Amino acid sequence: MTLVLEAAVLGILTGGVYALMASGLTLIFGVMRIINVGHGALVVLGAYLSFAASRALHIDPFVTLVITMPVMFLLGFGLQVVFIRPLKTDREALSVLVTYAIALGLEGILGYVFGANYVQLQAWYDTASFPIGDFRITYVYVFGFVLCLAILVVLFLILYRTTFGASIRATMLNRTAAQLIGIDVDRVSAVAFGIGMATAAAGGVVFGITTAFNPGSHYDLISRLLTIIVLGGLGSLRGAVIAALIMLVSEDITSVVISPVWASFVFFVILIVVLLVRPQGLYGVRVRERI
Amino acid sequence: MSLLKIESLTKRFGGVGAVDDCSPEVASGSITGLIGPNGSGKTTVFNLVTGFIPKDSGSVSFKARTIDGLGPDRIYALGIGRTFQLARIFPRLTALENMLVPVRRKGLRALFSGAAWSHEKERAMEMLEFLDLSLVAKTLGGELSYGQRKLLELGAVMMAEPELVLLDEPAGGVNPALLERIGDRIRRLNARGITFLLVEHNMSFVMNLCSEVVVLHRGRPIASGRPAHVRSDPAVLDAYLGA
Amino acid sequence: MSLARSGDAWKVGGLIAVLAIALLLPAIAPDPATTNVAVFTVMYVGLATAWNIMGGYGFGSYTLGLLLARIGMAGGYAPFLIVPAAGLATAALALGIGWFALRTRAATFVIVTIAFMFMLQLLAENLVGLTGGGGGLSYPVPPWGGDYFNTPFYYAMLALALLSLAISWRIRRSKFGLGLLAIRDDEDKALAVGVPTRAFKLTAFVISAALVGMIGGVYGYYVTYIYPQFVIDPLIGISMVLMVFLGGLGTLTGPVLGAVILEPAQLYLAYNYGASRLYLVFYAAVFLIVILVLPRGIVPSVGRLISDRRARAGPSAPAAAKAVAP
Repeated sequence: MTLVLEAAVLGILTGGVYALMASGLTLIFGVMRIINVGHGALVVLGAYLSFAASRALHIDPFVTLVITMPVMFLLGFGLQVVFIRPLKTDREALSVLVTYAIALGLEGILGYVFGANYVQLQAWYDTASFPIGDFRITYVYVFGFVLCLAILVVLFLILYRTTFGASIRATMLNRTAAQLIGIDVDRVSAVAFGIGMATAAAGGVVFGITTAFNPGSHYDLISRLLTIIVLGGLGSLRGAVIAALIMLVSEDITSVVISPVWASFVFFVILIVVLLVRPQGLYGVRVRERI
Repeated sequence: MSLLKIESLTKRFGGVGAVDDCSPEVASGSITGLIGPNGSGKTTVFNLVTGFIPKDSGSVSFKARTIDGLGPDRIYALGIGRTFQLARIFPRLTALENMLVPVRRKGLRALFSGAAWSHEKERAMEMLEFLDLSLVAKTLGGELSYGQRKLLELGAVMMAEPELVLLDEPAGGVNPALLERIGDRIRRLNARGITFLLVEHNMSFVMNLCSEVVVLHRGRPIASGRPAHVRSDPAVLDAYLGA
Repeated sequence: MSLARSGDAWKVGGLIAVLAIALLLPAIAPDPATTNVAVFTVMYVGLATAWNIMGGYGFGSYTLGLLLARIGMAGGYAPFLIVPAAGLATAALALGIGWFALRTRAATFVIVTIAFMFMLQLLAENLVGLTGGGGGLSYPVPPWGGDYFNTPFYYAMLALALLSLAISWRIRRSKFGLGLLAIRDDEDKALAVGVPTRAFKLTAFVISAALVGMIGGVYGYYVTYIYPQFVIDPLIGISMVLMVFLGGLGTLTGPVLGAVILEPAQLYLAYNYGASRLYLVFYAAVFLIVILVLPRGIVPSVGRLISDRRARAGPSAPAAAKAVAP
C-alpha cells in the first residue's frame, strides 16, 4: 500500500513536468491547428542547452532557464515564420511532416554536437531526499514540480489576464473570426509558438535533471505528449494538465503493481477507452465539422 | 400520401434551439418548399434528415419506414439525395466522373472492377445532355462555372435514382437565365416522379415552382399549405418583418 | 488524338524497357554493394506504392502511412517463406487499428495514428524485452550465401513491388478508386452521394498494410544479417512518405520515381555519414525543401508543364484538363 501511495505521489510530482510540456503542445495546436511532432525534440534541445550552459558557466540547471527560455522563445518564433507560415493548404497533415523533419534535423545536429551517449543534468538536490511518512522523496522532484506549477500559473495568467492572451484565446476559438476583428493571427501564431518553445525549455530542464537523455529521446517523449493532449482534448490546457497527471500516476502505479514494462501500455488502454466513449477527449470541444 | 414524415424533430446547439419540435411532411410527388428567415433552421433540418448530424429527439420516416440512426451513405442508398449550399462537386474529378461517383453497384467484385461500366456511362451522358452539360463532360469540376456546378450537382444526385431529393438553395447566386433553366429541369424531373424538398430564399422562385410550402421560424413550422395561401398568412409576414 | 496515341506507345515501350532492366539487374551488376542498393530501392518502390494506395488519396491520412511502416516492420519478424502470412497478420492488425482510428476525424485522427505508431514501437521493443530478445524472434540463416546472397531478396522485393504496382493500377481504374478520389476531394460530399467513406478508407488502409507487411517480412529477413537496423529504422515511415511527395501524390509513377531517386541517395548518406548522425540533418533539409517548394511532386508538375505546352501548341482544352491528373 505504501508503495502504491509512493508511486501516486511520485506520479503527481513528475506529472507536473509533463503537464507543462503538454500545455505548450496543446497551446500550439489550439492557436495554429498544427500538430508539432517536433515538440519532443525541442524539449530535448532545451535540456541540452541547459546542460551546456550549466557546464560552461558553472551554474545551477534551473538558473540556466534565464538564458534558455528567451533563446527558445526566439527559436520558436523563427521556426513558425520560416517553416509553418508558408503552409497554406492541408496544414494539419503537412505540418506533421514538416515538424517531423524539424525533429529529425534537431536529432542529427544534437547527435553531431553531443554524441549519442546518454547524459543527465546535475545538481546537489538530484539525489538528496527527505522523508514523508514511510517513504522518502527526492528534492529534485519537488523543485521540478514547483517550477512547472509556477510556469503554468504564469501561462494561465498571460492567457486569461492580458490583452495579448485574449487575442491568443480568440484565435484558438475561431481563426477566421479573429482575423476579421483585426487580430494579426500570423503574429499571434509566431508568439504562441515561441511561448510553446519557452515552456519546452523549462520542461527540458526538469526532464533532463530527472531522466538520462540522448538525441533520440524525443521519440518516446513526443509519443507521451501526443497521447496526453489527445486524452485531455486537443487545444484544452486544463485537459492537458489533468491528462498528464492521469498518465504519470497510472504509469507509476502500474510499474509497482504489475511491471515497468507495461507502464505506458496501461495509459494507452486508458486512452483507447476514453476515445471510444468521447472521441473528442476529456475536455475537448466536439468541433462541428463543415457540412 | 406523405413520402417523408418528420415528427417532433429537435436539435439544440449549445443551448440554442436550432430546430424545435418540428414536424413537417413532404407529400409524394410534390415540390415542397421550406422557407423562413435566416437562421430559422432550414439547413439544420436537411442535415438532420440526411443523417449528417445526430438529432436530439424526434423521428424521421421515409416511405413509412423509420430512418433514425442511419448514416448519410445509408440514407442516400434508401433513396434520399441531397445537394449543398454553394454547389459542392468534386473539383479534381471530371464532370463525367462526378456523375459516376454516386452510381450504385451491388457486390464487392463490382466495386473493384472498372470505374465506369458502359451502361453507367451512357446514363451519365444522357443526364449531362439533359442538363446541357455534355460539352464539358471531360472538364474538371473545379474548372466549371458556378452555374454549371449547380447543374452538375443536381445531375449527380439523380444518378442513384432517388425518390426524394433535398435541394439546399438551388437558386442561390445564379443569374436569371440559369434560374429558369434550373427551375425547368426540376419541374421535368418532378414530372418523371421525383419528389423535391427545397430550401430557398428567392421567393418568386419558390412561389412559381413549389406545390407546397412550409414556413419555418425559430426552428418551428408556423404555416404550411399552397404558396398563395401561405403568402397571405399574417403569421408569416410577422416572422419575416419582425425577425 | 495521334499525339495521345504515340504517347501511349512511348509509355508501353518505356514500361517494357524499365521492367527488362529491373529483371536483368543482378546479371548486369552482380557485385553485392550494388545489389544491396538495388534491394532497398526496389523495397521502397513497393513501400511507397503501397502507401500511395491509401495515403496518396490524401484524405488527411499521411500519418496513417507512417503508422503502416511500424505495423509492417513489427510484423516483419516472420521468416521468408511465410511472407504472405506476414501480410495477413499485418492486415488483421491494421483492420483493428484502422477501425478504431477512423472513428475520429481531422486532427484527433492524425494524432491518434501517430500515438499508435509510437506505441507499437514501444510494444515491439517491450515484447522483445520480455522474450529476452533472443532465440524465438531471430530469423533462420538463409541457406544461400556468398556473392549471390542479395539476389533472392532482390527478386522477392521486385515481385512485391510489381504486385503493389499492379494492385495500385487496378484500384485507380476501379469504382473503388473513384470513390477514394471523391473522398480525397470532399469527404462529406462523398458521404452524401452514398460513398461509404469509412469502409472505403479502412479497406485502402488494410490493402496498403498487407502489402507493407509482406515487404516488411522480406526486409526483416534481409537486414538481420546485412545491415544494422538502427541506421535507417527511424526513417522508414517518413521515407516512403517523402518519396511519394517527391514523385507526386496520388500518381502511379510518382512513388516509383521518388524511390529510385531518393533511396540510393539515402543509402549513400547513411553509409558515409551514418555514424555522425549528420545525415539526418541532410535528410530533414531535403524533406523540408520538397514539402515547402515542390508540394505537388515531380510527376504532376511535369504533367502540368507538358499540358501547358500542348495547350499552347493546339487549342484542345479538354485534353489539357485531363493531362493535369496523369
